[in-house]
Amino acid sequence: MTKELLQLLEKDHSLSPAQLAVMLGRTEAEVAAEIRRLENEKVIVKYHTIINWEKVCADTVTAVIDVKITPQREVGFDAIAERIYRFPEVKSLYLMSGAYDLSVTVEGRNLKEVARFVATKLATIEGVISTTTHFMLKKYKDAGVIIDDREQDHRLVITP
Amino acid sequence: MSWADRISPAVKAIPPSGIRRFFDIVAEMKGVISLGVGEPDFITPWHIRESCVYGLQRGYTAYTSNYGLLELREEIARVTQKDCGVTYDPRKEILVTVGVSEALDLAMRAILSPGDEVLVPEPCYVSYKACVTLAGGVPVPVPTHIENEFRVTVDQLERLVTPRTKALLIGYPNNPTGAILTRSELAAIAAFAAKHDLIVISDEIYANLTYEGAHTCFSSLPGMRDRTILLNGFSKAYAMTGWRIGYAMSNPDFIGAMTKIHQFTMLCAPITAQVAAIEALRHGESNMQKMVSEYNCRRRLMLEGFREIGLECFEPKGAFYIFPSIAKTGLTSLEFAEQLLMAEKVALVPGDAFGESGQGYVRCSYASSAANLSEALERIGRFVKKLG
Repeated sequence: MTKELLQLLEKDHSLSPAQLAVMLGRTEAEVAAEIRRLENEKVIVKYHTIINWEKVCADTVTAVIDVKITPQREVGFDAIAERIYRFPEVKSLYLMSGAYDLSVTVEGRNLKEVARFVATKLATIEGVISTTTHFMLKKYKDAGVIIDDREQDHRLVITP
Repeated sequence: MSWADRISPAVKAIPPSGIRRFFDIVAEMKGVISLGVGEPDFITPWHIRESCVYGLQRGYTAYTSNYGLLELREEIARVTQKDCGVTYDPRKEILVTVGVSEALDLAMRAILSPGDEVLVPEPCYVSYKACVTLAGGVPVPVPTHIENEFRVTVDQLERLVTPRTKALLIGYPNNPTGAILTRSELAAIAAFAAKHDLIVISDEIYANLTYEGAHTCFSSLPGMRDRTILLNGFSKAYAMTGWRIGYAMSNPDFIGAMTKIHQFTMLCAPITAQVAAIEALRHGESNMQKMVSEYNCRRRLMLEGFREIGLECFEPKGAFYIFPSIAKTGLTSLEFAEQLLMAEKVALVPGDAFGESGQGYVRCSYASSAANLSEALERIGRFVKKLG
């Protein structure tokens, strides 16, 4: 049941244990216990809501920054990565293969704020060799969800 | 003499589809939650749609062979071999059609002589009996019942078989009941077909939507391959209803005869849909598995919901329908459906639209989001409670 349960929750975490129990053909207690276990073991890391902020206030900017760093003895990339991801401005951080090492997503209220963060906080960290900042112009899809999905249900109300 | 008088008596004799009548009422209303839809709520997976667009860009706009693109027939043969363990020669034993509906019509016209009888277990898909009649045959309904979970048995068939019986037309997993037949039940029917030397038309469009146990393909039963016209398509498993594409498989004589009719009436299935169908068979498996697993969750939701409401309901194990009994409300299927629609704005289909033995039942499709289904169940519950 674990995989099915996770798939359902990933799509809609507002489903109650009672609803999930029916959908999975299990008892409510079983489902509740399994969710607790998955939460404790950090299989379920967090319940997240995807918001189209542009509809409420358009005054945030997002930048994706390619960062080259020098890996350090014993800890490799991890120590520098931690110094970066601890900043609340950093929304996501990935170690990449290829032309650069870290992909950092930073959010700020305006272009200046992000630029200042890169110049004063990020680029100055020891071991950071270079940064290339790309500002995001439009978000089409996030975490597997199409932001402004215009596909509609075109089915007739009754069909054989 | 009016125009209506000049219509062929054979066509006039066919009663209008029960679904059609109800559709006209529903179409006028706003804010309706519909459980009346016999097609997936998923839109065709993007990779399939995208391959069609790419095909158009490359200029795939011409007629194809009457049989369909060989590349598609080869894929159909491969998937049928893998899923059903039956081998068909893509060059002369597979015909690509405009949906299973066309394939069914072709099968009937290819095998029936005037007055030939065809056994048709009911409740069943709305076009089965009409197709037999239009081909000059005589449909012989075989009523099935909830006590036996709407499965047809050899006893029932034996009572209705006559020297004029030419064929048996079965569709499992079943629309509208969601019933399936197990391998041993199908084997008994196979023995019956052999004993009376019947042709079997097996519509297995819902085969991939089987939730308990594996689906048994009728042609895979010993001795049944050449006796069977196996029908399948892309509408349900790949959410491709509007593309209108299906296929028929059988011995070269039957497929040859069906192709003869097809080439003069249809020429070929649309090439756009054929190109997309190739992509569906090559890369559609994982999307399909996801859909099936989601249907399964909703199926349980509906079963539990109806049992809580207090309507008798057997567990459907295939397709995406559930078929609760509304007998205890004292209403006919049509009255129940109409009153529910007016009172609570939930649309479902009266069971007798699928044959006499569907009277006292309603067909609810769970090809709708879980949120919609929960809301619909709540409304139905309220409605039934008020009836007392």
